[in-house]
Amino acid sequence: MLRLNNVSKNFGGLPALSNVSVEVPEGKLTALIGPNGAGKSTLINCITGVIPPSEGEILFRGENIAAMPPHLIRRSGIARTFQNLKTFPRLTVLDNVLTGLSCEGGSSMLMAMLRLPYLRTRERQLKLRALEALDRFSLSGKAKWPATALPYGDKKRVELARATVGNPHLLLLDEPVAGLNADETAAVGEQLKRLRSEGLTMLLVEHDMDLVMTIADQVVVLDSGKCIASGTPDEVRRNPLVLEAYLGKMDATA
Amino acid sequence: MTSKQKLFYFISLHRTGLTVALFCVFILLLPLVTDNPYTLGVTNLIAIHAIVVLGLNLFIGYAGQISLGHAAFFGLGAYGSAIATVNYELSPWLAMLLLAFIVAFVALLIGVPALRLSGHYLAMATLGLNFVFHIIALQWDSLTGGPSGFAGIQPLSIGEFEFYDEVRLHYLIWIITLICLLLSLNLVRSGVGRGMAALAGDQTAAAALGVDTARTKIKVFVLSAVFASIAGSLFAHTYMFVSPDTFNIFKGTEFAIMVVIGGMGSVWGSLLGAAFLTILPEWMDAFETYKDFVHGGILVLVLIFLPQGLITGLVENIKIRLTLRRQKNAASE
Repeated sequence: MLRLNNVSKNFGGLPALSNVSVEVPEGKLTALIGPNGAGKSTLINCITGVIPPSEGEILFRGENIAAMPPHLIRRSGIARTFQNLKTFPRLTVLDNVLTGLSCEGGSSMLMAMLRLPYLRTRERQLKLRALEALDRFSLSGKAKWPATALPYGDKKRVELARATVGNPHLLLLDEPVAGLNADETAAVGEQLKRLRSEGLTMLLVEHDMDLVMTIADQVVVLDSGKCIASGTPDEVRRNPLVLEAYLGKMDATA
Repeated sequence: MTSKQKLFYFISLHRTGLTVALFCVFILLLPLVTDNPYTLGVTNLIAIHAIVVLGLNLFIGYAGQISLGHAAFFGLGAYGSAIATVNYELSPWLAMLLLAFIVAFVALLIGVPALRLSGHYLAMATLGLNFVFHIIALQWDSLTGGPSGFAGIQPLSIGEFEFYDEVRLHYLIWIITLICLLLSLNLVRSGVGRGMAALAGDQTAAAALGVDTARTKIKVFVLSAVFASIAGSLFAHTYMFVSPDTFNIFKGTEFAIMVVIGGMGSVWGSLLGAAFLTILPEWMDAFETYKDFVHGGILVLVLIFLPQGLITGLVENIKIRLTLRRQKNAASE
């Protein structure tokens, strides 16, 4: 589904990613882990077009999206959530989720100003879909709330609802459980499993190893901008390079 | 549902339409309540300002950008209409339409490079634009009449029916203002409007949701310039005289302050903001002298205490309080 070939990104000569090649297979949940500063967020930003890569290609369903602007990448089917929440505090929960359907376009500014009958019908359909998405993430009771009044865990779920309402092919999750307690983390884990069972391909960046090891089909490990290992959770757990990256070099005399 | 509940449901479902209908009735009846030309003169000026502010609020409040130079587009419409109808004897309506297209084109030419900027830089660029316009209006004597202004503009008319007294102008101007109000309401309640709101909230997030941020900014800029141009044409034909100082940089900032007072991202607030700042000098004689102090003072106070704008800020605070209280009550039950 998504394939990165030798992707590199330099910030003023400083390499943040060097020759990273990753394959995200269709219908699977791939986890991307690594110590702080390994380049995980940079990689997500490269895929979504926020920061175009310096070199390499990013193939999404056979098409190179490496030089495309973010909105076209979303329209081609890649949705994302953000590490630091980016819900819109002034909009209601329902409107927040509705913005997730911006990718479908469908009306020009002029048409919107005239509010032609076909647009009203369309608007009703979009609203129904948004309400359905809210229901899936157990937020229906709060549809009319201003998003800023929601507790943190609910805001995270609003982001998930907003990212999935437009039926993306691939969902990139940047630390979806950071700051959540154990119960909330488990709940998000269940939701991710459900999304996978519905056939959604996901790339998950996460520090919570329990979550990663229980739900990921495949784990990719980044360290200092290089891909140092990949495989099933068990393989990665036993990989000495990974242990080294996380725990430091084993002292030979110890 | 009981009939009472049904009624409330109907009201909440159609609240925007009902508010617009009520407001239309108010406008329709106003000249019957008072035919004092002074009062209607003030409300007409409010309506003209409101058209500019509606467009500018879409740009500032919804698309999240800033412009301190919309008096330039207002002035282009006004001087354009004056020159086209007096020097070239064009029909005023045709001139108004033509000017709207020309201003759209000018806004596009300016917007494409200027909207790569944001924040203070965009504020300075738009202020500069307004400054340039003011100087041209002042210096190009042969075309604009220079500092003494441009006189002899004819009132608008339909056939033999001329819009020259306050009551006739009241209906003409307010109908156009109401159309602009409706168009704005439709826009902000559409998918395009939500994309704009997303853009104002967070540009990176909006782009990640599929909003073409660069194009949306330019489109809203052009739209707001067209609104300002139409308001300018109406202004020229209403007062039959235009002079450069009506379109100086202070006017440009005044429009931005109207947006801030009414509330960023509030269509109805635009009307209130325009009304407040238009009426203020009429009430206070001393205002004219200390105008810039009062404007600056209002701007600073509102931005410190209610950064979303006076009216929107208050309404939003109440909404959030109510939601939190309901949540608390629900939890304690």
